[in-house]
Amino acid sequence: MVHTRWQPVAELNRLRSELERAFAQTGYGRATAGAGVFPPLNLWENDDNLYMEAELPGFEMDDLEIYVTGGNQLSISGEREQPKLEGGAWHRQERAYGKFRRMFELPCDVDADDVSANFSGGILTLTMPKSEEVKPRRIEVKAS
Amino acid sequence: MTTTMTHSEKQSGTGGSPEQTYQSTFVPRFDIWEGDDELLLFGDLPGVNVDDLDIRFENRELTIHGNVSPRYEGEMLYGEYGIGDFHRTFTIGDAIDAEKISAEMHSGVLKLHLPKSEKVKPRRIEVKAS
Repeated sequence: MVHTRWQPVAELNRLRSELERAFAQTGYGRATAGAGVFPPLNLWENDDNLYMEAELPGFEMDDLEIYVTGGNQLSISGEREQPKLEGGAWHRQERAYGKFRRMFELPCDVDADDVSANFSGGILTLTMPKSEEVKPRRIEVKAS
Repeated sequence: MTTTMTHSEKQSGTGGSPEQTYQSTFVPRFDIWEGDDELLLFGDLPGVNVDDLDIRFENRELTIHGNVSPRYEGEMLYGEYGIGDFHRTFTIGDAIDAEKISAEMHSGVLKLHLPKSEKVKPRRIEVKAS
């Protein structure tokens, strides 16, 4: 008879990893920010810039307010209005309307004066040049 | 053997586009409004160019597919949403004049006009005095 010792912690870990796998989304899935946080943001970088992107379909550039304060505090706000249609009936309303504001702490300081924004096809992209102090610097090693 | 594999991959892919299987496909949000003359659909399709949009209406089934190309270069720091194609299918109950379907894109929002066929439009019946 095969005898296995009961290992409750291992059992729990196995259960947890199974649950995580069951609920896992592919890649960095949608809506990991949790319900109510709008808009979801993606952030990436290269040596010189931080980039931030948000999907804001149906917004106009004039409706968006973007601030960078204190070097690394990003604030985005805006409003989307529902099209006004005479009479008729809505069969389905899945898209959200109204005002939003989101504050976000950037992982490093940026030059607030040189932040540029591009808005096309409902996608807002911010290019934020990193402050000189935080840029990676290659250290030259001199042979002695 | 190779042909069989390719064939099964094609069938499992959404919308039969095997070349996009490396990306996720997302279901876009839609609003649908019905007026006397037409159905209006508003869909959030951020990042979809007009040329990358495929809209079909067959057998009362409306299919919307938007191709989205990967757009990040550099090191990802933080991600709250994924990027991929948009795909959605609706079954439209009303009789639609397929010839007159029109679509426009503005700021990542697709607006689709589905004009009702003449025969299903509400009509006031004139009663003639005899």
